[in-house]
Amino acid sequence: MGKVMLEVRDLTTKYITRFREDVYAVDHVSLKVEEGKSLGIAGESGCGKSTLALSLMGYYFPPLYYTSGDIIIDGRNISGMNPDDVRRSILGTEIAYIPQAAMNALNPTQKVIHFVEDVIQAHNPKATKKEIYELASERFHLLGLPPEVLQKYPVELSGGMKQRTVIAVSVILGPKVLIADEPSSALDVTSQKMVIKMLRDLMESGLIKSMIFITHELPLLYNVTDHIMVMYAGQIVEHGAASEAVFDPLHPYSKGLMGSIIVPEAGLREHKLTAVPGVPPNLKKPPSGCRFAERCKYVRPECRGAAVNIREGGVGRTYRCILTESELREVYKNAA
Amino acid sequence: MNNTLRQIFRSGKFVTGFAIFVAILLGTLIYPLIITDAPLTIIGQGTFFPPGIYVSVYDSLGSTRYTLDLGEANFNRIASRLSEEDRIAIKEWLVAAGIPEADIDTADTQKLLTQWEENFDAKKSIPGMTNAKRNYYVRLDKSIDGLLSAEGAILAQANAETGALEQTGTVEQSDFVNVQQVANVRFLPLGTDNFGRDMLTELVAATRVSLIIGFVAGIIATLIGLTLGLLAGYIGGPVDDGIMFITNLFTVIPSFVLLILISFSIGQEQRGAFTVAVVIGFTSWVWTARAVRAQVISLRNRDHVNLSKLSGHSTVHIILTDILPYIASYVVMALILQISSGILAEAGLSILGLGPKTTDVPTLGLMMNWARIYQADIQGRWWAYLPVLVTIAMVTFSMNLMNTGLDQVFNPALRD
Amino acid sequence: MQLEKKPCLTGVGLTKTFGMGRTKTVAVDHVDFTFYEGEIVSIVGESGSGKTTLAKLLLGLINETEGSVEFLGKKRDISSGKKKQEYWKSIQAIFQDPFSSYNIFNKIDAVLLDCIHMRGGKNLPQAKKVELMIEACKFVNLKFEELTNKYPFELSGGQMQRLMIARIFLLKPKILIADEPTSMIDACSRATILDYLIQLRNEIGMTLIFITHDIGLAYYVSDTVYIMERGKIVERGSADDVILRPRAAYTKRLISDVPKIYEEWDLSTV
Repeated sequence: MGKVMLEVRDLTTKYITRFREDVYAVDHVSLKVEEGKSLGIAGESGCGKSTLALSLMGYYFPPLYYTSGDIIIDGRNISGMNPDDVRRSILGTEIAYIPQAAMNALNPTQKVIHFVEDVIQAHNPKATKKEIYELASERFHLLGLPPEVLQKYPVELSGGMKQRTVIAVSVILGPKVLIADEPSSALDVTSQKMVIKMLRDLMESGLIKSMIFITHELPLLYNVTDHIMVMYAGQIVEHGAASEAVFDPLHPYSKGLMGSIIVPEAGLREHKLTAVPGVPPNLKKPPSGCRFAERCKYVRPECRGAAVNIREGGVGRTYRCILTESELREVYKNAA
Repeated sequence: MNNTLRQIFRSGKFVTGFAIFVAILLGTLIYPLIITDAPLTIIGQGTFFPPGIYVSVYDSLGSTRYTLDLGEANFNRIASRLSEEDRIAIKEWLVAAGIPEADIDTADTQKLLTQWEENFDAKKSIPGMTNAKRNYYVRLDKSIDGLLSAEGAILAQANAETGALEQTGTVEQSDFVNVQQVANVRFLPLGTDNFGRDMLTELVAATRVSLIIGFVAGIIATLIGLTLGLLAGYIGGPVDDGIMFITNLFTVIPSFVLLILISFSIGQEQRGAFTVAVVIGFTSWVWTARAVRAQVISLRNRDHVNLSKLSGHSTVHIILTDILPYIASYVVMALILQISSGILAEAGLSILGLGPKTTDVPTLGLMMNWARIYQADIQGRWWAYLPVLVTIAMVTFSMNLMNTGLDQVFNPALRD
Repeated sequence: MQLEKKPCLTGVGLTKTFGMGRTKTVAVDHVDFTFYEGEIVSIVGESGSGKTTLAKLLLGLINETEGSVEFLGKKRDISSGKKKQEYWKSIQAIFQDPFSSYNIFNKIDAVLLDCIHMRGGKNLPQAKKVELMIEACKFVNLKFEELTNKYPFELSGGQMQRLMIARIFLLKPKILIADEPTSMIDACSRATILDYLIQLRNEIGMTLIFITHDIGLAYYVSDTVYIMERGKIVERGSADDVILRPRAAYTKRLISDVPKIYEEWDLSTV
């Protein structure tokens, strides 16, 4: 078992709406990422996966507030830290974050090298321009980006190239955890593939120690990450190795999600496309029992009682359902 | 719809602007009910009477007299008569007589006069003083004595037969009348203008006329701009090219210059307030047209418009139901701006003497014009122009505030 | 699939250019196609390939620069507003973004009533109209009682898109062009929308033209696939042929760039 790079215990964060209502978008989430491993987080829009990404950084600003739980990066607990300290001492060196439209965040009046200087000098004010340039061109080369990119303005780069540049700049300090929130969903498939390859190369080269990859596209997660976590209504409903989560899901929701995968492969025609009818619950007033009960095909009266806890299923697998693993398999077999 | 209205009235900026505007509007509506004088009646024989309460001297003589013994009455009386030059002269003499300058305060009449009484000596020779100057001081001393004397004024009337004056009564210095009992008292809160007209009554009437001019001009400009913008934006092609050609022509000719030329060519006699409003409306639609066109172009390719076409709706139906409601909020905002710029345009024109003809109605611009021609600013007659300026500023400020408030409601990117 | 395939929409040298001079762009470049009655066709292309422009040309929402379209064996005539309205009784569309497809000022009833009126039901008694609307909503598993007097934006994206299908159910066109109908809604609801579309095709026997960037989706739903690259059609054929045995380099690249789960996804070819 490798060294734990990021451990999150019972993290709960909330939004406070304009009407002073609490929305628990991340509800008692626990996860662990080891050195050299990557974790994928899947779920529909609004399930709290992007909020989880923001919460993991420990960088809170209204309307998002920290409620409880621990975030431990390489043995250091950063929960409850002042946002300014987080920005100075955590972001960049410990955690790097790539939001969805990161490529549009580049100031169009500055050359790429300027962003690299900004990042490095924020942590090491003594670094000279020459040192920075040498480090940057070495890293860019390693990541398959031509070093000439450093001397260009963002508008001179294509969308895919811009996104890869942003990723390269954000990992220049070798963070322990990279959080990528839908880094490729605004790109065409070819650029998306380049971004995915870059993320894989980053992991393999050891430039980043671990990664959390968030997307709603399961085939991407399957190809990038070692483990997959499925989120529903702010909670984790399933967690397992990537192949298990995709081909042998336990929770009825993940089963539905996996059933909606569409890929241009011969296997697709045999695979019956399924849907999960209905809409996720309103997180201002989540249902008391299983949050998925309203949409579950196999719902039972006892699902609507008390809150459902997460339970172990097999090695390194957890899921949130009142049924045991064997009961679930029985149910699925009968349904088929 | 109700929800939108609720949101609008939750916006602090809009509510503030709306409150100011409604206050001004109510003022122009209620004031004429109380003061029914025609706004352009000339009441004062003379120019620029300062603000205050005007009491008829003749009527106060006939009113019941009351005797009030007020200690400071003398000094107040002298203070109001002793001119600034006299005070400075007194000071000069006192300094020359050896009183330290720091002890003399020309604003404190009582102290100044006491010092004068104590120190003035007509025989005392002060080096460097001319004879004429010495005589002036003697006269000054006498007039101060006169002011300080306690004798009353004699009222006399000419005898109808002989023409000789006959004493009919005296007025003591301690005689007072109650203003309530004087038959003719006129309160002129803002004084009178150069023609001797009551400024406040005139200002209220002018505000109302200016608002009407603004509304008429704004509505005309918005209607023209909206129609042209909708046609150009939705139909596109040659129609768009044609309309945009005209619009661009109007854009490059500064509209104010155009306004001046049109107003000038109409001639003073033909220019009523309404004509001016129409002229302003016809020269200021350009920006509304351009803005509406831009909005419509972005709406034209939206899916709901395509869907409406596919549902077999006619072009008119699509413009009215699928385009217009989407830009309605924008048009309302443009209208508010057009109204306020219409008011400003009228003011600008009138200041140049190209406003509505001066004998009909007052407008804010005309009042500024009169104040300027009669040099109210140079003479320091602030009441002739400052209230007008403030009114123009408040009207346009309230409208711009409403506009910003609406913008924040309709444009979520600006919400705070 | 069908014994006798009757062409229903044919395009010859269809071209659309925007702008002129130096800014001239050819969005659709001499495209030829034949869509047959009752089949499901997919037009696949990345953004900027001209697939949406082609859809608008087919719908007659924009006019072609060159070329011609044959509709049911006759040259299409949409020169006047009346003729266009007539044409649109036979060809309908579902757009990508359900949130911008509805006029937010119109109630749901108005959307459905428009369709009934378009099918000549203007003078039907009110009860009959309601019955038709209930039937249409039932087809897509929506309850008309819950929708009446509501505005479209009160529904979820999936529900809005289902309402769009209910609309088509009422209109019963010969051809339906679905422009990325599932790209703005969650993966979970995607299968529902696709199922209803296919079911509707079976029920009223229309031709379904799918415009999509997702080659996997095209493979899943369609009989015939057209691949578009920069305004040109680079490959066409049955879904199995195009996806499993692609010939054009562009198609090969497009397929190889999409993540796989059943086979190894080769990342070395970027």
